[in-house]
Amino acid sequence: MRNAPSPEDHLEMYRRMCLVRELEEELGRLHKKGRTRGPIHRCDGQEAVGVGVTAALGLADKVTTTHRGHAVYIGKGMEPGPVVAEILGRATGACGGRAGHMLIADASLGMIGGNAIVGAGIPAATGMALSAQVRGTNEVAVTVFGDGASQTGICHEAMNMAGLWKLPVVFVLEHNHYGLTVPTEVQSAVDDFALRAPGYGMPVETVDGNDAVAVYRATADMADRARRGEGPGLIVANTYRVEGFSTSDMGGYQDPEVIAKWREHDPIRIAFDALEPTFGAERLTEMREAAAREIAEAFEAAFEAPFPTFAVDAASAPYTAAQN
Amino acid sequence: MAMMRYAEALNAALREEMQADPTVFLFGEDIGRYGGVFKVTKGLREEFGDLRVRDTPISEQALTAMAVTAAMTGTRPVLEIMYADFVPLTLDALVNQASIYEYIWNGQVTMPFVMRTQGGGGSGAGAQHSKSLDAMLAHIPGLKVVAPATPADAKGLLKAAIRDPGPVIVLEHKLLYNMRDEVPDDVVVPIGKAVVRREGTDVSLFATSKMVHEALAAAERLAGDGVSAEVVDLRSLRPLDLEAVVASVAKTHHAVVVNEGWRFCGYAAELSATIMDHAFDELDAPVARVTLPDMPIPYAETLESAMLPSAETIRRAALDTVR
Ligand SMILES: Cc1ncc(C[n+]2csc(CCOP(=O)(O)OP(=O)(O)O)c2C)c(N)n1
Repeated sequence: MRNAPSPEDHLEMYRRMCLVRELEEELGRLHKKGRTRGPIHRCDGQEAVGVGVTAALGLADKVTTTHRGHAVYIGKGMEPGPVVAEILGRATGACGGRAGHMLIADASLGMIGGNAIVGAGIPAATGMALSAQVRGTNEVAVTVFGDGASQTGICHEAMNMAGLWKLPVVFVLEHNHYGLTVPTEVQSAVDDFALRAPGYGMPVETVDGNDAVAVYRATADMADRARRGEGPGLIVANTYRVEGFSTSDMGGYQDPEVIAKWREHDPIRIAFDALEPTFGAERLTEMREAAAREIAEAFEAAFEAPFPTFAVDAASAPYTAAQN
Repeated sequence: MAMMRYAEALNAALREEMQADPTVFLFGEDIGRYGGVFKVTKGLREEFGDLRVRDTPISEQALTAMAVTAAMTGTRPVLEIMYADFVPLTLDALVNQASIYEYIWNGQVTMPFVMRTQGGGGSGAGAQHSKSLDAMLAHIPGLKVVAPATPADAKGLLKAAIRDPGPVIVLEHKLLYNMRDEVPDDVVVPIGKAVVRREGTDVSLFATSKMVHEALAAAERLAGDGVSAEVVDLRSLRPLDLEAVVASVAKTHHAVVVNEGWRFCGYAAELSATIMDHAFDELDAPVARVTLPDMPIPYAETLESAMLPSAETIRRAALDTVR
């Protein structure tokens, strides 16, 4: 089938989802021990969106993500080492410890970047698509954003211009059913976000967001259209936030039965089951274990890495480099 | 008098004003069922219902514009913007709408609208969740801006803000929500009145919000250095209690302005120029400023803590000024 990932590509998506899962679970454990700083937004249970979307893109393609972007970072090809070190605020982090987990970028991979202003990643990718159109390349830009972000005014303004100017941008709505503590039905006048697309003259596809292959296919399809100059597309990827909003979330507002149901519908298990006939359970289990080791090593290295040292940023400080 | 956390004091202010006036209503992200991410609105939805305590979509720009016109047409909305960093999204409603109508329509409308938000660094929340945008807000004629430093003032200033006929921005601080202190039962703190938190004779330290506590700690250290520092909590950034500022400078003849915002075009710049305009003859030294350096607020602990004003940086500025 045209837009299906090859078995090897699918296997690589599985490996990256395993990396993200191990990363998120370790962050959860470290938070309990008081060894993380600031709020951390875990994406375990939602790995198939970030990994599936980015697996369908090329190196030159650009992607923006949200405050919950770990799967996108790893999916777009970032190594766990610099991601983990950045989350722990070390000099060896992808951004030297300046960005923190919500704002990571690796421009060389087109990962520019995580964004903690809800909705802000949407016009950001749309602008990158505008750049691609002006430069006459066949790059696409993709933005992954939440159902909460899809309520912001700037989402609608960006989608309208993308539709109007046939910009090569793919909008991926990661529908995890909550915006912070507020469920979608308290935020949106409609529950089917696919209804939004016709208003901006774009096609839409709704997929099981826990099935990385479905996400990959939809993205590859929309990206192809965009590269052909046919304009933007919307993907609604249905998933669920099985952990709290962030490490500071006190919880208690989600239905435990619904969480349990979604935990059963696990993206890594779905990939495992699909890959097992081809590659065998043993190989897949080994890959999971290797991912766990890789993440453990990344944390070890980060904990041993130095903290960054402060200097006033001369470019931002107009008159003095030694204030205070 | 009761012992209360800063967040509880704000909650009490909201509850009392809602009980007293049925046109007071609250809206904002996560403020209803969850009671706010900083728990300031806890229990209010249960008490007042979801017509008056409303969870909203993530729509800061529209929410603020709606609060402005709701205020013009007979209600007293109190809008929570989760982080001051998101206030720039609301600026059209503040700069081009809320701040002008009362004047340009010659007093036909009033604007009893309150925006509550919180700012400040020190929690490792990164460049988009740590800013203090006092100066940007205080810049706009037609807006009032207050920044309580204590639980009593948090309650008293919020009550005054809700009763005020004009738009008032209440700047809370994320690291003060857990501070506990005595709160008088019937406290209402008039907007535009500073308070001297510690008397002194050698140098005046002017501050608001969390910086008041850093200034108090600096004053303690300065006492050990043989310098008597007076700490003035401005409480209200706009209108400024000019009289209290001038009186303190006339007493100590040295001024240090402390602000958690940036230096360039910042609140400390404004205040130091104001002191020179109104009390130049009283000064024995130039006004010193302690601010954030002009740069984005980084994430890593070593980077963030190095750039935030502290008791020590305030102490050093005061020593440089008096010597
Ligand atoms: C403009 C803005 N408003 C509010 C917030 C606080 N906030 C952070 S994440 C979030 C919810 C976002 O929901 P959604 O887009 O669905 O993403 P999810 O957390 O579910 O992945 C909110 C309200 C913010 N960061 N930016």
